[in-house]
Amino acid sequence: MDFDLSEEQRLLKESIDGLLTDSYDFEQRKKYMKEKGGWSKTVWLKLAEQGLLGLPFSEADGGFGGGGVETMIVMEALGKALVLEPYLATVVIGGGFLRHAGSDAQKAAHVPGIIDGSKTLAFAQLEKNSRYDLFDVSTTAKKKGDGWIIDGEKFVVLNGENADTLLVTARTKGDRRDKTGIGVFLVPANAKGVAKKSYPTQDGLHAADITLTGVEVGPDAVIGNPEDSLALIERVVDEARVALCAEAVGLMDESLKTTVEYIKTRKQFGVAIGSFQSLQHRASDMFVATEQARSMSMFATMAGDFEDAKERSNAIAAAKVQIGKSLKFVGQQSIQLHGGIGMTMEAKIGHYFKRLTMIENTFGDTDYHQRRVADAGGLI
Amino acid sequence: MDLAFTKEEQAFREEVRSFFRDNVPPDTRRKLVEGRHLTKDEMVTWWRILNKKGWGVSHWPTQYGGTGWTSVQHYIFNEELQSYPAPQPLAFGVSMVGPVIYTFGNEEQKKKYLPRIANVDDWWCQGFSEPGSGSDLASLKTKAERKGDKWIINGQKTWTTLAQHADMIFCLCRTDNNAKKQMGISFIVFSMKSKGVTVRPIQTIDGGHEVNEVFFDDVEVPIENLIGEENKGWDYAKFLLGNERTGIARVGVSKERLRRIRDLAGKVESAGKPIIQDAAFREKLAACEIELKALELTQLRVVADEGKHGKGKPNPASSVLKIKGSEIQQTTTELLMEVIGPFAAPYDVHGDDGSNEAMDWTAQIAPSYFNNRKVSIYGGSNEIQRNIIAKAVLGL
Repeated sequence: MDFDLSEEQRLLKESIDGLLTDSYDFEQRKKYMKEKGGWSKTVWLKLAEQGLLGLPFSEADGGFGGGGVETMIVMEALGKALVLEPYLATVVIGGGFLRHAGSDAQKAAHVPGIIDGSKTLAFAQLEKNSRYDLFDVSTTAKKKGDGWIIDGEKFVVLNGENADTLLVTARTKGDRRDKTGIGVFLVPANAKGVAKKSYPTQDGLHAADITLTGVEVGPDAVIGNPEDSLALIERVVDEARVALCAEAVGLMDESLKTTVEYIKTRKQFGVAIGSFQSLQHRASDMFVATEQARSMSMFATMAGDFEDAKERSNAIAAAKVQIGKSLKFVGQQSIQLHGGIGMTMEAKIGHYFKRLTMIENTFGDTDYHQRRVADAGGLI
Repeated sequence: MDLAFTKEEQAFREEVRSFFRDNVPPDTRRKLVEGRHLTKDEMVTWWRILNKKGWGVSHWPTQYGGTGWTSVQHYIFNEELQSYPAPQPLAFGVSMVGPVIYTFGNEEQKKKYLPRIANVDDWWCQGFSEPGSGSDLASLKTKAERKGDKWIINGQKTWTTLAQHADMIFCLCRTDNNAKKQMGISFIVFSMKSKGVTVRPIQTIDGGHEVNEVFFDDVEVPIENLIGEENKGWDYAKFLLGNERTGIARVGVSKERLRRIRDLAGKVESAGKPIIQDAAFREKLAACEIELKALELTQLRVVADEGKHGKGKPNPASSVLKIKGSEIQQTTTELLMEVIGPFAAPYDVHGDDGSNEAMDWTAQIAPSYFNNRKVSIYGGSNEIQRNIIAKAVLGL
């Protein structure tokens, strides 16, 4: 049992923290938001230069063979700096599908572009009525000759505006809520029949609603088994949840730090408001919530390697519950302790609050995951 | 980072577990499961079994009878002990006064007291809190005056846990009235059988008798019963209170109780089916289990940190343990109340003195709920813990 980082992991942490300290303060972030697609290509290429975009890929695929802990380190750092770039969509999720189920040809076609920063990906999964159930898929993929024709609507596709390639979940068989008959398809974003409506999200990222109308793809578009890929989707989404937990911990760390600094300096009644016990206790509770979240983020990270898929999912669901509860408390109280200034777009704390809030509702909210843990028979 | 225990650690867990299975008297275990108080005999019997095995004072330095275990082994031992469950060693002797004596006491004191603490030949109690000195402990008034080769002690202590069984007390006494309040306190030990010591029971809201008032009326104590230096008692008290960081989360206790809740919820019916089939209840139970898992991980972080970097600088996460640990313990007793519902009400007229062996298993659930309100109050109330986090961790 060991919670320390290895020497290499410490170096990784220093390197990404250093990069973001130099190129990602709050003012710089505002500029990046105005660039095409809402994030900075320059920063993305810096991440590529430091090898961070190739982190989880095997050395055979041109990557660094990093595991869950390495991704946790990066995601925490990205959270701390409130980074806009599509690491989750491209490296964690897109890369996840390719790593776990991509054929050699698919990897050769997509991984080098991810690693060198020239290509980004997006995960087109959410549908109008699917909410958090990954098996609830109405989009269809019908066989045509060797290939497939895809029809359906996908919503809130993160990085959907910029991505070169979409990973689309589609039903090849059965009814809307059947657990079999689901496949994952690599669809070029510029394919005929792909229509995108892009918009900024509440937390400053960018997403798109995507309509697929008679989109034709070849046989090489299928990742894994076209008729039975739910387990694959669950695995990759579990990794995304773990990554989001780590990002949230970074966000909470920075929110707590910023809030504590603020109440140390903000004076009312002639004293720093941080000298008032009611505020001190609130800040202490924020610390407790953050540490509990950190513990569960570490747990989820290590659970990512559990052999048993049920045990893995249960542990990660539990982590998402703890993170959801902690982030709501830390986020809301950060605003409360900042007072009026926390309500303004000008102060950075509100932006942390907004990103935290959106994380709760990504890939299952607190209630959803709590129900999963309860139905799985608990955690003891 | 790695969650797994080593093969050796897993083997150690097995060894500890099978020792408990073979050696904890079944009645003692059953009473703990049911949330009842144990008799003095039951406790002492078990502690001597533990001491004979060499595990009575496991965390002491080896020259005084400790085991030399790693911090992970201590963690495993505590977790198994709490979740079996078996009675925990008497904290007042083993975790509190023992370490003060082997750290600050002289050779004679070590020789005289330590073996008797280990074997519970002396039952120790703690003379810290006073009626006017709770969270503000340093304001204590109990006075020790030097008179020839004796201390003359006058004053009153309160909340003295299990003083009714005690042979010895370690006591914070004011020895200098003119110094700043923390500076004039000394750490003195003496026999509870001394002339002038009176113990009066306090009945708590659970109907039980765990705590007492203790009065000192011109109690004469030999001068050599001062531990360490005169007027340095506050330092020793802080050392004592800071000693036990990880056990305080009582993760094993809560785990055992959650298992019991799950078990009972599969038997007790609500709306014509076991209450565990009620989605709202099941989710509440899951919520508590998740909180406990987070706490367990936080505790493991602290333990792993101590193992690697020593106990010198505590991991800031350790301040979480008392607050979350007590809140979760309280939640588990609430969930038990919820499971038995209206049958929480009947009052057991026999009380909980062990005289009524046929007592229904439901009888201790409400008292245990009432009793557990204490856990967020004792050992530095949770509000004091928040003050500590604000000052020591956040720098407010």
